[in-house]
Amino acid sequence: MTTTVLPRVNYLNVKYGVASWLLTKDHKRIGLMYLVLVAVAFLLGGIFAAGVRIELTTPQGDFVSADTYNRLFTMHGVTMVFFVLIPAVPAILGNFALPLMIGAKDVAFPKINLLSWYILVIGFVFTVAAMLFGGVDTGWTFYTPYSSLASNSNVMLTGIGIFIAGFSSILTGLNFMVTIHRMRAPGMTWFRLPLFVWAIYATALVQILATPVIAITVGMLALERGLGFGFFDPRLGGDPVLFQHLFWFYSHPAVYIMILPPMGAISEVIACFSRKSVFGYSFVAFSSLSIAVFGFLVWAHHLFVSGISPYSAMVFSFLSFAVAIPSAVKVFNWTATMYRGAIWWQAPMMWVFGFLGLFLIGGLTGLFLASLGLDVHLHDTYFVVAHFHYIMVGGAIMGFFAGLHFWWPKMTGRMYSNSMATLSALLVFVGFNLTFFPQFILGYLGMPRRYHVYSEEFQVLNVLSSAGASILAVGYILLASYLFYSLVKGKPAGANPWRATGLEWTTQSPPLPENFEETPIVTEAPYQYSKREVNVG
Amino acid sequence: MADGLTAHAGPHGDGQAHHPDLQHHFQTLGQQQEAATLGMWIFLVTEVMFFGGLLMAYLLYRVWYPEAWVEGSLELNIVLGATNTVVLIGSSLTMALGVRAAQTGAQKATVGWLLLTMALGLTFLVIKFFEYREKWELNHIPGPNFTFEGPLAPQMQIFFSLYFGLTGLHALHMIIGFTLLSVIAWMAHRGRFTPEWYTPVELSGLYWHFVDIVWIFLFPLLYLVDRTH
Amino acid sequence: MYYAIFGSLMALTATTVAVAFVNLGALNFPVALAIAILKATLVILFFMHVKYSSQLTKLICGTAFFFLIILFGLTLTDYLSRGWFVAPGGTAGAGTQLTIGPAAPPAGEPGAEAGEGEAAPEP
Repeated sequence: MTTTVLPRVNYLNVKYGVASWLLTKDHKRIGLMYLVLVAVAFLLGGIFAAGVRIELTTPQGDFVSADTYNRLFTMHGVTMVFFVLIPAVPAILGNFALPLMIGAKDVAFPKINLLSWYILVIGFVFTVAAMLFGGVDTGWTFYTPYSSLASNSNVMLTGIGIFIAGFSSILTGLNFMVTIHRMRAPGMTWFRLPLFVWAIYATALVQILATPVIAITVGMLALERGLGFGFFDPRLGGDPVLFQHLFWFYSHPAVYIMILPPMGAISEVIACFSRKSVFGYSFVAFSSLSIAVFGFLVWAHHLFVSGISPYSAMVFSFLSFAVAIPSAVKVFNWTATMYRGAIWWQAPMMWVFGFLGLFLIGGLTGLFLASLGLDVHLHDTYFVVAHFHYIMVGGAIMGFFAGLHFWWPKMTGRMYSNSMATLSALLVFVGFNLTFFPQFILGYLGMPRRYHVYSEEFQVLNVLSSAGASILAVGYILLASYLFYSLVKGKPAGANPWRATGLEWTTQSPPLPENFEETPIVTEAPYQYSKREVNVG
Repeated sequence: MADGLTAHAGPHGDGQAHHPDLQHHFQTLGQQQEAATLGMWIFLVTEVMFFGGLLMAYLLYRVWYPEAWVEGSLELNIVLGATNTVVLIGSSLTMALGVRAAQTGAQKATVGWLLLTMALGLTFLVIKFFEYREKWELNHIPGPNFTFEGPLAPQMQIFFSLYFGLTGLHALHMIIGFTLLSVIAWMAHRGRFTPEWYTPVELSGLYWHFVDIVWIFLFPLLYLVDRTH
Repeated sequence: MYYAIFGSLMALTATTVAVAFVNLGALNFPVALAIAILKATLVILFFMHVKYSSQLTKLICGTAFFFLIILFGLTLTDYLSRGWFVAPGGTAGAGTQLTIGPAAPPAGEPGAEAGEGEAAPEP
């Protein structure tokens, strides 16, 4: 094999200095800046999780007080939801790859793109400030009337942080939607788009339509808490459950913001590492849109035991079953893609396999919770905690890592150690299952969530869970290490180390600042892989 | 955007001799204008959902407390509210005329219509100020000092929370719009806009009309609940 | 042409104010809403040029209102059906307003246990 060298001029070395990064309008640099921010937030959220898991190794409340424990799980949730999961794939991988994949020079509004990053930073600063002042103890869900009338923790400060962070998400979604509509290269028709782009589009739909609702809800909460306005106050005849309706109107679609882009990344990786076109392309594309739309119809399944009308609950239960269908369509199509494909066992594919199994479990257990009768018993138990961690960590985070490992050579021009990456994927997989599978059992046995003490009989499973969490941490630390290492010592990757299809792989790695020397012209469908191709490792 | 590289590696696409307002990542001015307009429309969608949350609360409590809603509505000054409606719709007219003037390159007319729009917008805000001040004097601002006679007082506080929430949010958008228009009017005054490129005027117009539409709904929802007493 | 639209909007405003002084009972709200929707439509179609805009723009307008209706409609499936189910023991669920009118008397209903949160209690 000829030795590859890094290209002489690329977006990373075209200009040096802090100002050239902080004032950049280059979507690729902005994507990397998001990576840094999200990594910091992930570390912070992980530290809070460590606090939770350490406390839960013993049934007594001996590590922290109840109040502190409440703050720990709240801040874990707030950090992970708003500053890791929501931005991660769209803002990092989407920002980096989207313009390249459609053959554009940049997103539609590069300055607004940079503004989105700054807005997220400011939101994060407010949230960290709230933590430094003692945190919040309401749970990341901020239910009224506790959050509006009774809690004496830093609700306002955290609320402001979340409000501001929401605008980052809205502007990113807006930017991506206009980019996909108006910046596609000649010949890039809608049905020639890679599925990752469809996923980003569907996500943008959700970001645009759902996020404003939580913004106004937090605003109403702030008005009630700060000025004594009456929106949810039962003493005035208000309904605290209204807050729940409005909160979950965003927060349920939000989980689709978290999962759709990783699913898009999975489509890309599966096609490349099965050397086969994604089976049922249009079904997968439309399933992304369906998930986005249907995701708006199910929010009250979070309110099943809050006192809503049983008739309404039945409607939402039915709709919650329906929303699983497009996700299932994807899983079937991915499986069919691999069937009779030529599986190439590289790091990105390891994460895909992890994703498939864990997302499946997470999704199926969601159906348990969608069932009214079961939910009455499982609500607010560890079953729910396990369910959403399977989806969000086993699904979204693993999908994110699959995409990160896939596009890392393109982003940095370097290859990482495949054996280290494989080890990390295995550690994360084992650690994850050890952490969260026991929690399904704990929930089934009745252990409630958000309690720092529990009955003796739950201890063994809790210890297993905490042990798993430490293995998970090791896996993540290893991941960060070898990726960092690759930046300095990694082998130059060349334009297309994975022999992948897609416009982003036709340019150098790392790409030029303006992406393409000449605007590409697209003439064929995506994923034109050939099984007879020989894969050189 | 191509930091540091010498100008224009790669073609711009068609015979467009690089209009000074064409940004580098776009191929043509038309594409840029379409993207900008699309972006503003999508932003307005987010605004619809933003107000939507408050409107949902309004809807719920109107269904639950119709008597309080009637009482609350009667506390609002219908003359001022109707006047404001006329003023704001008028400002939409002047805004539309301003956009058309920019489209046809009539610079002085553009500035004139924009200034008139701003004046009408300011009138709206002044009238609103007087309304709010009256509420302040009557202790109808929700919170610890809220006072109202009768058994409906708690629900009246919800009504007024929604009144101030909705009209306050609306007024905030008016202030933002006013500021935006002042910038656009200044740019028009400096001859910045041509029939080929008047996008900021058009986008401001869309925003202003949206703010007008919100008020078109707020007026009957808050002021006209039931005036048959 | 803008002036003609403005004239229509003024006429509609006068109408909606006038109708507010007429007792149509339950129809007052829908009528006021219908007039407002008509006014908004005129502004959207003509002042905002949507009538002459692309399909995409029209789709975007439609989408915004569609999701607004979903927010209102699905939330109301809860609130409007709250009084339909009365659990054994008389609890009708949190925050139920069983009658339209002044606020329901506190905890004075037959067998009511200020049903906050949970569904029917175990018999």
